[in-house]
Amino acid sequence: MNDITPINKSTPKDWETDQEVRWCPGCGDYAILKAVQRTMPEIGGTPENTVFVSGIGCSSRFPYYMETYGFHTIHGRAPAVATGVKLANPDLDVWIITGDGDALSIGGNHTMHLLRRNLNCQVLLFNNEIYGLTKGQYSPTSREGTRSPSTPFGSVDHPAKPCAFALGSGARFIARGIDVHKNLPAVLKAAHAHQGAAFIEIFQNCIVYNDDVFASFTAKPNAAGTQLWVEHGKPMLFGSEKTGGVKGIALDAKTLSLKVVDVEGDDWEGAGVLVHDQTNRMIAHLLVEMPFGDFPMALGVLYDDPAPTFESAVVDQNRAASEGKVADLQKLVAKGQTWMVEKQPREA
Amino acid sequence: MASATHILTPEEASANPLPEAVVVRFAGDSGDGMQLTGGQFTLSTALAGNDLATFPDFPAEIRAPQGTLFGVSAFQINFGSTEIDTAGDAPDVLIAMNPAALKTNVEQLKPGGLIIADEGEFGDRNLAKAKYDANPLEDDSLAKWRLMKLNISQLTLDAVKPFGLGNKEALRCKNMWTLGLALWMFDRDRQPIIDWLKAKFAKAPELAEANIAALNAGHAYGETAEIGGQVGRLSVPAAPAEPGLYRTITGAESISLGLVAGAQLASLPLFYGGYPITPASAILHHLARLKEFGVTTFQAEDEIAAVASALGSSYAGSLGVTCSSGPGIALKTEAIGLAIMTELPLVIVNAQRGGPSTGLPTKTEQSDLYQAVYGRNGDAPVPVIASRSAADCFDCAIEAVRIATQYMTPVMLLTDGYLQNAAEPWKVPDMSEYAPFPVTFKTDAPAEGEKFLPYARDNKLARPWVKPGTPGLLHRIGGIEKAQGTGNIDYAPANHQAMTDIRRDKIAGIDVPDQALSLGEAGGKLAVVGWGSTYGPIYQAVRRARKKGLDVAHIHIRHIWPMPKNLGELLKGFDKVIVPEMNTGQLKTVLRDQYLIDAQPLNKVSGQPFRIAEIEAAIEEALL
Repeated sequence: MNDITPINKSTPKDWETDQEVRWCPGCGDYAILKAVQRTMPEIGGTPENTVFVSGIGCSSRFPYYMETYGFHTIHGRAPAVATGVKLANPDLDVWIITGDGDALSIGGNHTMHLLRRNLNCQVLLFNNEIYGLTKGQYSPTSREGTRSPSTPFGSVDHPAKPCAFALGSGARFIARGIDVHKNLPAVLKAAHAHQGAAFIEIFQNCIVYNDDVFASFTAKPNAAGTQLWVEHGKPMLFGSEKTGGVKGIALDAKTLSLKVVDVEGDDWEGAGVLVHDQTNRMIAHLLVEMPFGDFPMALGVLYDDPAPTFESAVVDQNRAASEGKVADLQKLVAKGQTWMVEKQPREA
Repeated sequence: MASATHILTPEEASANPLPEAVVVRFAGDSGDGMQLTGGQFTLSTALAGNDLATFPDFPAEIRAPQGTLFGVSAFQINFGSTEIDTAGDAPDVLIAMNPAALKTNVEQLKPGGLIIADEGEFGDRNLAKAKYDANPLEDDSLAKWRLMKLNISQLTLDAVKPFGLGNKEALRCKNMWTLGLALWMFDRDRQPIIDWLKAKFAKAPELAEANIAALNAGHAYGETAEIGGQVGRLSVPAAPAEPGLYRTITGAESISLGLVAGAQLASLPLFYGGYPITPASAILHHLARLKEFGVTTFQAEDEIAAVASALGSSYAGSLGVTCSSGPGIALKTEAIGLAIMTELPLVIVNAQRGGPSTGLPTKTEQSDLYQAVYGRNGDAPVPVIASRSAADCFDCAIEAVRIATQYMTPVMLLTDGYLQNAAEPWKVPDMSEYAPFPVTFKTDAPAEGEKFLPYARDNKLARPWVKPGTPGLLHRIGGIEKAQGTGNIDYAPANHQAMTDIRRDKIAGIDVPDQALSLGEAGGKLAVVGWGSTYGPIYQAVRRARKKGLDVAHIHIRHIWPMPKNLGELLKGFDKVIVPEMNTGQLKTVLRDQYLIDAQPLNKVSGQPFRIAEIEAAIEEALL
């Protein structure tokens, strides 16, 4: 097949609505909105065939700002609504916008089942580790000890790990991005190119209730030494001379765990640095569980290994089950064992 | 005859049976195959041209411990040569496969009725499990009935011996032996059941042969002199019925076919989101086999996902349908609110069961009327339709689809556990008599310089339905209050007032047929007003009372919300109104609220349908 260049390629502006964006000034959501609007023309999207479905929360206002079809649903249920949309019309390009509370607390069940079924869609989870819209309560991804109006003495429960949850649920595409980072459109493009459920955790700064919670790896001075942008087929390297030397991620075969190694010059092979294979589920497991602090934050496409999608399986089965059958309503209602009554009706 | 304040005893009630009809109750252990036996007996009875109604009554446990009182499963059938509307008050014949089945069912048997008991099961252990101190087959505790003791277990073992089955498997053929005897008693044809057994056990012909041998042996047992003079052969003549093609149908099948027919009439694909729950699951099972009609079924991860996916499919241009029972409907409530707010079509079927909470999963009740009419946050009106019989479910489902698609609204369709499982003869409809109501999706983009208004209104106050994928009509919808016309988020006080009024007026203005009377004339001393599956007993009770010359009419309401426009005037034409319901008075309250009438309740929440005599007694009391 020839490559066809769209005659009227859209511009980011074509994907903006006339609605006033109502997030707090400085919210990370603005940057994500821009990144998505920049990505849509590049993936050759058409607004009328694109549907944004969201749940409830700050992030879930997103569809109102995209000049596409959009459905702002109820708390936690966007994956279920999206499943109905996609099964009713598999040709639509479906994007789910959700947050840490929406996707992992009230809607955890739906997120899990959407991922295991492998509905062909993109799931953008804006993780800000806080409930913003309800004014700052701790969320399922908040770190232990988070002080909030509902946990004045600090939270005591262990946080959920979005990417580990996704992988455990059977997701076939897992990526991480940062709201303001230039790489976000590239991550979104990769997610869209993946056939099946693509799960993207986006670290999003809540400037009002959880400002700088990710600064340890997103702040400029920390970035180079703490961000590991993985790329398929490339060694897992991070840091530079300025941050105390180039380092790599290697496998400790004795403990079956990862370790950080120093790299002398270009000799990453000599240091035993792993080469990223995005189709390798074991590597994905290690990366999503890699504890930040002792290790850098793994970012980019951590896992991408497509499998048949849910809606294609449903469509195929519907087609196979219908083959050779005629949809004759009259025959249907007269099915089974029948009998004729030929007498005249009795007197009322 | 009942006196002033006299309540009928069961004996008196059953002394007034329909002479043209016979009630048979099969009762046994849940593992004895009583539902199967009843179902096959129903089929042969329908094929013999009788009118009939059935009442499957089984425990919530899948396999309750053998021989226990709570493990008894029963199937009652009322059939006759006259119009049958109920499963019958008291059985004429009770077939009891073990002591527990006898104990739990015998008191309902008419005095002088026939007990057929499998004495092979009346050993000490089973008697103890049924909490019998002495064997009732041996003392005179059953004296007011006729008793026929047969060692059905042994007779079955003898009959299937040639097929070399193990003891356990051989005993499984007991139900077919019993069915054979019942077929002989009522002069029924065995062939349809033999055909069915051959098809059912196509992969295990020896099982088919053994079951057929048991069936034939039971039949032969009746045929030969062995029975003696205890029971004569009863031949109930065929009931007169309108000429045409008939079949039997359960409510679950009827709803499924009606939904498919409704979607076809609306020219829409049907999307069904469901989650397993008793007694609604059967609808999912039926629809899952009808893919060639453009049906997609989706077993969701929970009730919420079931309704949410159905709503998503409606948004994308399918007819979204979900079914459940009370507890599941409760879970769906928030999404139903979203459907109201976004004004998308959705059909929600509630097969009601005993509540609250898990309640009585396998027993029937009508206690979700408040939930259907009022049970949501906010001012959230939804049209509510209630089906009165298994056959009526078909037309009600079509009506639900019509209203949902024409008015862009979720519609609640109420059935109940009794209707779901009960079978009755159904005159196969001529589909060419149903007027199509095809949906027109909006596809024309607004003129240059004009904006598409997703919340514009037609003369029914319905908004346009636009499928994603349509160029030029991009828009966003959601659960937040919307501005009139544009659908943009709008919290303005005047706008919320206006939108609330529109949502109310749209539903209130739905075109609902005028209320007709099922029996009697407009105006008079007493109207008995019902809804749902109480149709049969109310109809028969009013019929009997009218035969006695009493001034009473029967009104049965299908459109619970909005109510027919003439209903208020119609009710006000009667001196008294009584409302029999299988709840504590829910329709009664709505009628009082809507029309300021002194509607009086007649309530029953035992998990069993009304008996005709109970309603008849209430009529007589009201007319004193």
